[in-house]
Amino acid sequence: MSATSPIVAGPTAARANPAPWLLVGPGALFFLGLVVLPLVLTVILSFHVYDHTTGIKNEFTFAHYIAVFSDDYYLGTFWRTLRLAFLTTLICAVIGAPEAYILSRMRDPWRSVFLLVIIGPLLVSVVVRAFGWSMLLGSTGLVNQTLQALGFGTVRLLYTETAIVIALVHVMLPFMVIPVWTALQKLDPMVEAAALTLGASHVTALRRVVMPQVSLGMLSGSLIVFGLSASAFAIPGLLGGRRLKMAATLVYDEYMHELNWPLGAAIAIIVLAANLAIMLAYNRMVEARARRTLG
Amino acid sequence: MQKNGPLALIFHSLVVAFVLAPLVVICLVAFTPENTLSIPMTSFSLRWFREIFIHPDFVASFVNSLWLATLAATISVVLAVPAALAIDRYEFPGRGALNALFLSPLIIPHLVLGVAFLRLFALVGATGSFAWLVATHVIVITPYVLRLVMAAFTGLDRSAEQAAMTLGASHWTVFRRVTAPMILPGITGGWLLAFINSFDELTMSIFVTSPQTVTLPVRMYMYATESIDPMMAAVSALMIALTAGAMLILDRAFGLDKILVGQK
Repeated sequence: MSATSPIVAGPTAARANPAPWLLVGPGALFFLGLVVLPLVLTVILSFHVYDHTTGIKNEFTFAHYIAVFSDDYYLGTFWRTLRLAFLTTLICAVIGAPEAYILSRMRDPWRSVFLLVIIGPLLVSVVVRAFGWSMLLGSTGLVNQTLQALGFGTVRLLYTETAIVIALVHVMLPFMVIPVWTALQKLDPMVEAAALTLGASHVTALRRVVMPQVSLGMLSGSLIVFGLSASAFAIPGLLGGRRLKMAATLVYDEYMHELNWPLGAAIAIIVLAANLAIMLAYNRMVEARARRTLG
Repeated sequence: MQKNGPLALIFHSLVVAFVLAPLVVICLVAFTPENTLSIPMTSFSLRWFREIFIHPDFVASFVNSLWLATLAATISVVLAVPAALAIDRYEFPGRGALNALFLSPLIIPHLVLGVAFLRLFALVGATGSFAWLVATHVIVITPYVLRLVMAAFTGLDRSAEQAAMTLGASHWTVFRRVTAPMILPGITGGWLLAFINSFDELTMSIFVTSPQTVTLPVRMYMYATESIDPMMAAVSALMIALTAGAMLILDRAFGLDKILVGQK
């Protein structure tokens, strides 16, 4: 995108031209007022003193951040959040990348039909999908009925970390398939065919031609999946029950049940900061890797 | 082109089964005649669909969500089209920063946005206001519209605009008669995607809705945390049907893969 001759304002100097400002102004003001301002207010809120009888006080303290980082309950919840998000990302990569590869090797109409089947659920509300899993995994659900019919006895699945990870993988899978699929689209199928013609084995062709491309897609997919899983709300809320909290349900509890807004704000700010830090570090890594593999 | 081997096809079938399982189960259970969550084996019944309409709160939330998504998607288009035009066509100081600001709701977890909006609402006394709820949804869905409209601008053939200019059309006429029709698919696709995202949004909305403005996903979440009966399945089945309908329209008109996978 370069500064081509603007059609609306004619070839005047950009600095003196008010047209872009008039066009972008309303949206910019809206976003400054409703994204930047509330975030700043929330950061300030997280430093306010909270008293259980009088509520939010006009004094400032680091107590909430110290509480979060010294209390086993909060640390345990953060640790669970990171662990489950990591596990979800790993499983999504293991399932999503081969699936995207298989999709890319299909012929139309199957290719478009199954692409729709895999990424279409993205548009179905997360509440609906979480509810579907709670029915499947419940003590009298389909999974347990099948296990019983096979003679294994029932397994407690609902309200366990396993249930959360299964449902998270289900919700996040499209976010892994999409970038890998996009990366594979850029790969000319003839290159793989050429490698085979030149005597490379299937494994070598897969490893030397397809994998470098797939791994780029996997890296960007992992970032999205990890970020979204770590801040997921509906899945741990409906499948983790009252006991198994993740970061998002913890914040919700502090806000709606404990009414300790400053502490909830502190946890939310930590979630945001961790998210941004991981994203930046990861982007650095992916870029360095892309330079190395693609030259 | 290489063909998929039998192992690959088995793997693929398992993935497809995994993806469809919860949705299929919901659609089956919704038709149960029993009082419990069970898959109907012998007879089907519409009683749980009728049950929804006896719950006025669910109907009210559905109507509320419909209005909310319609208004938010429309306002989002009104803000995003000029912004995309400015970012695509002009070089001005702060252009990159503004672009990042418009796309930032994609990176900020909805949980954090919800908490932030709640604080703002408490300070300006906007708690429970429908108009403010619409504003929060506009923030969350504008990035989707902006991306699709930007893609439409980038793929645009500029020669038609130049021809119109040469023939003496005013800037506004050029935009209205030449540019707008050409980016219309991007705008419509963006509007629909924004509508669906607003209609489905839960994590942010649960912080900023009040009893009068509860949206359908929030109502469903609240209901599901307290009691689970086949009515939830019936509501969910209706939502799946609605989404599938919207998806088919999107796919026929623009190609769903193009919209969701994006043009990179």
